[in-house]
Amino acid sequence: MTLQDIVELLEAEVLYEGADLNREIPCAFASDLISDILMCTKEPTLLLTGLTNNQVIRLADMIDLIGIVFVRGKKPMQDVIDMAKERGLPLVATNMTLYRSSGILFNAGLRSCRI
Amino acid sequence: MQDSAVAEFEMSEYWYINPGWEEKVEDFFARKREPEVVLELEIPGKDFNIAGKGSSEIKNLLKRLGVDSEILRRIAVAGYEAEINVAAHSQGGKMISNVYDNLIYMQFIDNGPGISNIQQAMIPGYSTADDLVRELGFGAGLGLPNIQKNSDALHISSGLNSPTIVEIIIFF
Repeated sequence: MTLQDIVELLEAEVLYEGADLNREIPCAFASDLISDILMCTKEPTLLLTGLTNNQVIRLADMIDLIGIVFVRGKKPMQDVIDMAKERGLPLVATNMTLYRSSGILFNAGLRSCRI
Repeated sequence: MQDSAVAEFEMSEYWYINPGWEEKVEDFFARKREPEVVLELEIPGKDFNIAGKGSSEIKNLLKRLGVDSEILRRIAVAGYEAEINVAAHSQGGKMISNVYDNLIYMQFIDNGPGISNIQQAMIPGYSTADDLVRELGFGAGLGLPNIQKNSDALHISSGLNSPTIVEIIIFF
């Protein structure tokens, strides 16, 4: 599954132009708590979250995030988007809830990341 | 029985050593070698724009030195959680990263107010984070457990109305 497939499945909006949507997404994790997300140290992971502050982008410096899906219609401020752009980290936003987004991706075959 | 006025300022400490690494950790503290690189960084209290930068820098430095990527992630996560703890729970402090040929020794020293019960703070899910901190997505109560999970050695020393000192060793 690629990020482009995920954008279509979640009817999502890509938050900046030029993001690489063709990369392969092997697995995902969903949480609104930073320390939960930091359990994903084993492999490159797609993150689904409702957190939109700059610390979410900083997480990508610590662990291997290959993209972030912001749920519940939330969108980060421009400075946060710029931080992601600098890191080449694709950002997309969907109006769906965290539960629904996760369920759709899981049913489409996207597995949970190893923790 | 202890006098309560004395007990109030008593320091307590917590040790964790990854099973199998006891000798190496002991050897590290006994030999008192000079580090090859020392990076010192101020961590202002309640400033979540700066918190996390130190661990990010260290990860980049060690990456250039060729440290394995799984170990890099462990160092980054343990360091990041400790930085966030200083920013979220103290009146500010500093992070000192000592890099050796085979390990990193990170020290986090804050200006108080200290941890009254370290054993309780180690329980996953236990948190004293305030609303501001929780709004940002912190306060899961997994900070110290995450540090321990990623460390080869962890030493915490603190007490009420005292600085907290967190020391972390991770071998390459």
